[in-house]
Amino acid sequence: MEYINIFVKGIFIENMIFAYFLGMCSYLAVSKTVKTAMGLGLAVIFVLGITVPINYLLENYVLKEGALTWMGAEYATMDLSFLSFIMFIAVIASIVQLVEMIVEKFAPALYGALGIFLPLIAVNCSILGGALFMQERQYTDIGQATVFGLGSGVGWWLAIIAIAAIREKIRYSHVPAPLRGLGITFIITGLMGIAFMSFMGIDI
Amino acid sequence: MKGLHNFIDKKLKPNFTEGGKLSKFWVVFDALETFAFTPGHVTKSGAHIRDGIDLKRTMFMVILALVPCLLFGTWNAGHQYYASIGQEADLWAKLGVGALKVLPLVVVSYGVGLGIEFVFAGIRKHSINEGFLVSGMLIPLIMPVDVPLWMVAIATAFAVIIGKEVFGGTGMNILNIALTSRAFLFFAYPKQMSGEIWIHDVASNKTAGLLVDGHTGATALGHLANTVGKAADSAEVKGIMAQFEPGGMFSFENSFLGLIPGSIGETSTLACLIGAAILLFTGIGSWRIMLSFLIGGLTMGWIFNLAGANAFMGVSPLHQVVMGGFMFGLVFMATDPVSAAQTATGKLIYGFFGGFLSIMIRVFNGAYPEGVMMAVLFMNVMAPLIDHYVIQANINRRMKRTALQTA
Repeated sequence: MEYINIFVKGIFIENMIFAYFLGMCSYLAVSKTVKTAMGLGLAVIFVLGITVPINYLLENYVLKEGALTWMGAEYATMDLSFLSFIMFIAVIASIVQLVEMIVEKFAPALYGALGIFLPLIAVNCSILGGALFMQERQYTDIGQATVFGLGSGVGWWLAIIAIAAIREKIRYSHVPAPLRGLGITFIITGLMGIAFMSFMGIDI
Repeated sequence: MKGLHNFIDKKLKPNFTEGGKLSKFWVVFDALETFAFTPGHVTKSGAHIRDGIDLKRTMFMVILALVPCLLFGTWNAGHQYYASIGQEADLWAKLGVGALKVLPLVVVSYGVGLGIEFVFAGIRKHSINEGFLVSGMLIPLIMPVDVPLWMVAIATAFAVIIGKEVFGGTGMNILNIALTSRAFLFFAYPKQMSGEIWIHDVASNKTAGLLVDGHTGATALGHLANTVGKAADSAEVKGIMAQFEPGGMFSFENSFLGLIPGSIGETSTLACLIGAAILLFTGIGSWRIMLSFLIGGLTMGWIFNLAGANAFMGVSPLHQVVMGGFMFGLVFMATDPVSAAQTATGKLIYGFFGGFLSIMIRVFNGAYPEGVMMAVLFMNVMAPLIDHYVIQANINRRMKRTALQTA
């Protein structure tokens, strides 16, 4: 039950895009068509689902104060948490490399469509955000961390494919010239944020 | 629709044309006929246009369907006012009090909305169209009775500019205009949009001590939200739930007829159903959305009944759907042809989840009793995605079919 709560919370209530506005750059840039948005969204789910648990292990067995006790009693006071940013980023960057290779091998068309934004997942704020939220919220076991990572990823994926569908729909709308492209996308994001606020404050 | 048209054309029209009995009233007849049936171009062969219905006629039909809600809401605003101070009053007194509250709202909403529309039409050189007529009528109907007029003006301006004009005007918006204005107020002025605003002057009457004993001026859903988190057999919860039994203030009959406090147009399920009948008869509202929305709401209510974790969940599904804005949202908001899903299958999915989420948000989220508003907005956001996948599924199915045939 706890797992389901964390999962649903990650998708709707603490949505990466609409609650924290994290990962906006690729969200805005790759949401022109549903197909590419789908690819990037799935990649984000995959990366979040892997990096958050790995970072959880790092956090709890290496970085946190007293985390190194398993190596011996003399390490009990060791606090390496000042290294957490570097460690998290390193993990994320290597996982993204892996994803990039997989996508290039098995879906070359998608690889071409995603372009520079695939390697840029490494610096996508929502991925590091996921790791830091995991650290801050102190999940009690690795299962919770994994579910949280997957939930956040699904929330991000839902947001990007939803806005991509809307952008496809308004492609032929008579939008005022200065607002075409990114301008209207920001406005849509704001309006979608209003709609997603329906879930905020739900306590489960 | 066609029978009616024939009747008017063949039987009524001769009376009004030159030489007819009522030729003096031709202007009146012409105006009404124009509203309902112009342009009436139909084709006899080739590409078949069975009825040249256009935006103006569509909008006029929706306004017509809103009239029962408007009239009842006006009366109910007065009725609730007199009920809250325990006085008897006749029909006209109630209508008078109601009209004093409702008419300014309508005037402000139309004035601001159409004003902006004119300005934009001038700047952007598009013709002025009738798109705002319905939104301008819906906005006052979903406002609480005692909402300050300047707030309505700001909300209307926000909804028309950000919700519609920046997307290119009528027919291009992604969210329902009226609900955008309501949501804007709800989040921008949470303090003014909750509490004692559902009945005219209830706050000042409360301080003056004029209210009937035990009357709080809260809506049915406001009362129910109060029961969440409290033991089902405590005295407070029992007192609240007693109002929902037959004979109580929020009994099924009262909720169905609409004799309860709430936003102006939303209270009466009966008036909404009359509107629904008009929309369905003229083919303007989608029966797929209405039906699936209702089924979605009932399903969620039923699931909550099975769970039964608190008194709010124990309310019967039928009672759930006649309370609050559910019916109004179902008939007039969810069926908005612009922001709803466009495909037939998509409409079914869209409606079902709309109803489902309405009841779910209402029960789970104590801060937002207006679950319907949020659910419809959320489904507006999801509608293009639903359509996209319905269309993709169609394409895939046909590809498969042709592939099979050629193989």
